[in-house]
Amino acid sequence: MSADKTMRQGPRYINPYFGGVLLGLLLLLTMFITGRGLGASGAVKSAVVTTMDKISPVHAEHNIYYSKFLSSNHSPMFNWLVFESLGIFFGGLLSGALYGRLKKPRIEHSPKISGKTRLWAAGIGGVLFGVGSQFGRGCSSGAALSGTASFSFGGFLVMMLLFGTGYVLAYFFKKLWI
Amino acid sequence: MMGPLIPQGIITGEWDFVIALLLGIAFGFILEASGFSSSRNIAGVFYGYNFVVLRVFLTAVLVAMIGLLYFDYMGWIEMDLVYVLPTYLRSMVVGSFIMGLGFVLGGFCPGTSYTAIAIGKIDALVFTGGLFLGIFLFSEAFPWISGFYYSDNLGNVTVNEVLGISNELFTFILVVMGLVAFWGTWLIEKRVRKTNKHYKFE
Repeated sequence: MSADKTMRQGPRYINPYFGGVLLGLLLLLTMFITGRGLGASGAVKSAVVTTMDKISPVHAEHNIYYSKFLSSNHSPMFNWLVFESLGIFFGGLLSGALYGRLKKPRIEHSPKISGKTRLWAAGIGGVLFGVGSQFGRGCSSGAALSGTASFSFGGFLVMMLLFGTGYVLAYFFKKLWI
Repeated sequence: MMGPLIPQGIITGEWDFVIALLLGIAFGFILEASGFSSSRNIAGVFYGYNFVVLRVFLTAVLVAMIGLLYFDYMGWIEMDLVYVLPTYLRSMVVGSFIMGLGFVLGGFCPGTSYTAIAIGKIDALVFTGGLFLGIFLFSEAFPWISGFYYSDNLGNVTVNEVLGISNELFTFILVVMGLVAFWGTWLIEKRVRKTNKHYKFE
């Protein structure tokens, strides 16, 4: 690849179309084995429910959202998506180590903004993604990717609107990135 | 052997979490290796300097859809047992708007942020902390918003059932749209990269 010559110092990534084919095959395999797709936000939801159940079990039981995910015979952490998300972390670690991107803790940001600004944007972005994924019945993995691939109308809707909204709003936040 | 395996009890419960971990590792590896552990790579899709998200995401969707159609055609998978995400129209529209805003601000989505934490990105850790807070706030507010949350329930409907086009035709349309998008964004990216100097093209 010609890119390798010019950017020898930079991190190297796999070809995006190759990555896409691998991800598509993995999604197909996941559906073949489990009958469901991949996900990510569900693990954090389990963590929230578990935390609330530990801090205030009575409150958790009385809230109709937490109690949806509580069971008397096992912890909400004993959940498919929690183990899968642990896997995401370790898979990222493995790839990062292999390609030389595993480094000491750092904040990545555009040179036009400070690290502090980046952290605020990341934090607020996370809060919004957390809220949105509950309304949307999943995030880019569970709803947009897996939903669309299994021909769910809702999944397709989330995919189009999530990215569409990003494009509409990108102009207002361009200082954060370019 | 016909899929899906776990819903039919061909693989039993004890293996569930081992499989989850292994599939997750593969998922995380592909995300990181594709460049999704960097918010600047991801946000490039909105500004035209890096379309890696569009390339990986759309290719994956198309491969999985075509694969699923093929598996169904060959009789390798019982499609009735494959989970179809339910559609709650208004709630999902609003959820997507909120996520879209979160995406442009944060530069990550949940899955990609886990891989970025793994390689040491503090901003990804803060993003995931935000996810936790966001889901907590949503849960606490749930008694007041549950009416909206459950409104317009269309059930586990497919694109076919709502739009009336077959899964095969829908896939074909997406493939054509995908090819046009791959070509068009390749042209845009080339132009934008000429003027954008501070972002390193990795």
